[in-house]
Amino acid sequence: MEKRLDQLRPGQSGKVKSIDGDCKIKRRLFDMGLTPDADVLLRKVAPLGDPIEVTLRGYELSLRKAEAHAVVLEV
Amino acid sequence: MKFALAGNPNCGKTTLFNALTGSTAHVGNWPGVTVDKREGSYRKKGVKIDVVDLPGIYSLSPYTPEEVVSRNFIIDEKPDVIVNVVDATNLERNLYLTTQIMELDRPMIIALNMCDVLAKAKRKVDVKKLADVFGVPVVEISALRGKGLDEMMRVAAKAADGVREGRSVVADAPAIAELVKEAKQRYADAGADNIVFRSIKAVEGDEQEKAKNPRIFELVGMQRNDEVDYEAIVADARYKFITEHCSGIVSGKPQGVKLSKSDKIDKVLTHRIWGIPIFLVIMFAVFHLTFSEDFLYLGAMGAIPSTKTPSVWNDIFGNGAINAPGTILFNLMDIATSSLGELIAGAMPEGVWYSSLVNDGIVSGVFSVLSFIPQILVLFLFLSILEDSGYMARVAFIMDRAFRKFGLSGKSFLPLLMCFGCAVPGIMATKTLEDPKERRMTIMLAPFFSCGAKLPIWAAFGAILFGGQHSDLIVYGMYVLGIVIAIVSAILLKMFVFKGEASPFIMELPEYHRPQFRNTMVHLWQKLKHYLFRAATIIAGSTVVIWFLTNISFSFQFVEDQGDSILGQIAQVFSWLFVPLGFGMGEDGWKFVVAAFSGLIAKEMVVSTLGTFAGMQEDALEVDSDQLLSTALGTLVSGMAGGAPAAFAFMAFNLLSVPCMAAVGAAYGEMRSGKQIWAAIGYWMLVAYVVSALVYWIGTYWWISLILVALIAAAIGIKIYVDKTKKRIAPKNLTHSGD
Repeated sequence: MEKRLDQLRPGQSGKVKSIDGDCKIKRRLFDMGLTPDADVLLRKVAPLGDPIEVTLRGYELSLRKAEAHAVVLEV
Repeated sequence: MKFALAGNPNCGKTTLFNALTGSTAHVGNWPGVTVDKREGSYRKKGVKIDVVDLPGIYSLSPYTPEEVVSRNFIIDEKPDVIVNVVDATNLERNLYLTTQIMELDRPMIIALNMCDVLAKAKRKVDVKKLADVFGVPVVEISALRGKGLDEMMRVAAKAADGVREGRSVVADAPAIAELVKEAKQRYADAGADNIVFRSIKAVEGDEQEKAKNPRIFELVGMQRNDEVDYEAIVADARYKFITEHCSGIVSGKPQGVKLSKSDKIDKVLTHRIWGIPIFLVIMFAVFHLTFSEDFLYLGAMGAIPSTKTPSVWNDIFGNGAINAPGTILFNLMDIATSSLGELIAGAMPEGVWYSSLVNDGIVSGVFSVLSFIPQILVLFLFLSILEDSGYMARVAFIMDRAFRKFGLSGKSFLPLLMCFGCAVPGIMATKTLEDPKERRMTIMLAPFFSCGAKLPIWAAFGAILFGGQHSDLIVYGMYVLGIVIAIVSAILLKMFVFKGEASPFIMELPEYHRPQFRNTMVHLWQKLKHYLFRAATIIAGSTVVIWFLTNISFSFQFVEDQGDSILGQIAQVFSWLFVPLGFGMGEDGWKFVVAAFSGLIAKEMVVSTLGTFAGMQEDALEVDSDQLLSTALGTLVSGMAGGAPAAFAFMAFNLLSVPCMAAVGAAYGEMRSGKQIWAAIGYWMLVAYVVSALVYWIGTYWWISLILVALIAAAIGIKIYVDKTKKRIAPKNLTHSGD
């Protein structure tokens, strides 16, 4: 099933399928390791509901739901 | 020879740099502490090698100004060797940059850092295999423990003797192989350097490369298929290469699902409900430990008996309550400086003009600044521990949502937080922000965060107002006022000046670790050095100038009454401007006006200028010779014509106005525009004037606050009404555009 990264709940994970959206943000997401086939786990959501923290490639990354929405996952 | 340290943010480059060069650059546990390159030299057995510490980068396609610094240095300055620092505990993402650096025609080595941390988890990197995969030497080091550094320098020096040609792991990816080959040919024909690197960048459509070689870029661009996302292909190919060749390169089991210590701490500190309260409590605890005169509120609970007889013991540890550690240290220092001041006063001949210059000018001015050193150091000890532990990066995570409302991101929290130390590094740290709009706005807000130099003002006034009963609350209150004003002005700026969407927030969260003792001490030492330097130069110099200006009249005669002096005459002409602010009123009003203006040069000047004025009041000297400064200053402040509200208005003006000339210089360095810097200066002065007038009037007539609340409510009401009417019109527009 296809899902966006911002639609995961804490503890859920998925595999990156593709990334769409704004060129500059996309580039940054690639550089941070969000490329096809990377496993991503949603760690937690910040107290005010945004941003989110994910684990990928063995480290912790924090990004906003708006940016996470660009990441298409296979779950 | 010149070696450049390049690597991901927070991978330990600066720690390595400090270990190699023996310097004491600031290290923190969040990505992006180093914002500009830094040079030092490594000396061993008569060999001298220049080492350059570069800002951390995730890739060679720059995204923020400080990343541009790194890329330009690596490519244009041609260091003899690039030492690629790689965090062994986070191999996969760190090696992504390695695949890019290896495309350059430069000798390079991999310095595998934090191997000791990995070893603790009984894991090890297969160094030989790593060296084979990337075709460059690999050395295991621990920058923190100073292990493997000499070996690393030896290997690097050997690599510098050789020649290395760029190699790419992505050039053969099927979707781009043809294109890369052709681009290489074009660059070779043009006689360019770093052919492999440039070809890949041209294929990716990199902006910097476009600016550098526009003709070739255009030719390569013609071959590109607009439907294909080349950046995605290249990034994907790099990570694919790393996964393929480096899986299993680390022996031992990864942590897996079991929670590490870091995760457990994190669970509490970023808890959905408790995260924000915990943050506020931690901050309050820091201020309480530093400034309180009633530690743990033992006095208020009646746990400590008070005595009537004055004693040195009570002066230091408090009477009827126990002082917080910071306050105790302050009292000790205060006794030391005032005794020393008396000693100097005793040694000077009486009735000569230069003894007044030394005693009332230099000694009371400079010593008043010096006695705050203990409290400044205690405050920064706590902040440095919080930063080094990795907690501050979490605060950015917790606060991002709140910051976005004001057009900022959690990332601007870090530069703004630095402003609590000093606005100069804080403003310079705005380089880490991607969005120019956010950068400019962060700089505009920077002075509102009370810096270390303003602290003596709060501490001095806190000790005087209300008999010193609430000094911790007053100090904390000034910090809170600054934050509130920053929030309000961020909202206004976003509404009227910097319109549009907030910038993105994509940030690595580092592991928590125990703060390093050495690191903390180095940080404190630098603060101390910086403070002493300023006290000895700009502050001592300015106190002398101010002493002369307040003791000499326009006809170059020594005056009896300071009101007749040059500065007194000038200030009296302008002090009516500050009557609405309360502190410009009365006979002594002009002294506060002069103090506030001297604060525009450097905020330490405010207390030392007031100290100079207070020191010259003969009667104040007679009251209590024990604590010359605080009593004399106390007489001056409690004698303010506007009363306590005027004192608070004076503090508010100093909090919000132009922070200091150094900060203005730093802001100009980042903004690079005369128009913008004047706008910023004007804005700071305006905010300072308006807010401190409000403070004074509300403090004097509390009902004014009701009028203010009513006005704000009306403004919000109007805005909601306007928004609603806009929405009602909006759907129509949509259907039109749909046609």
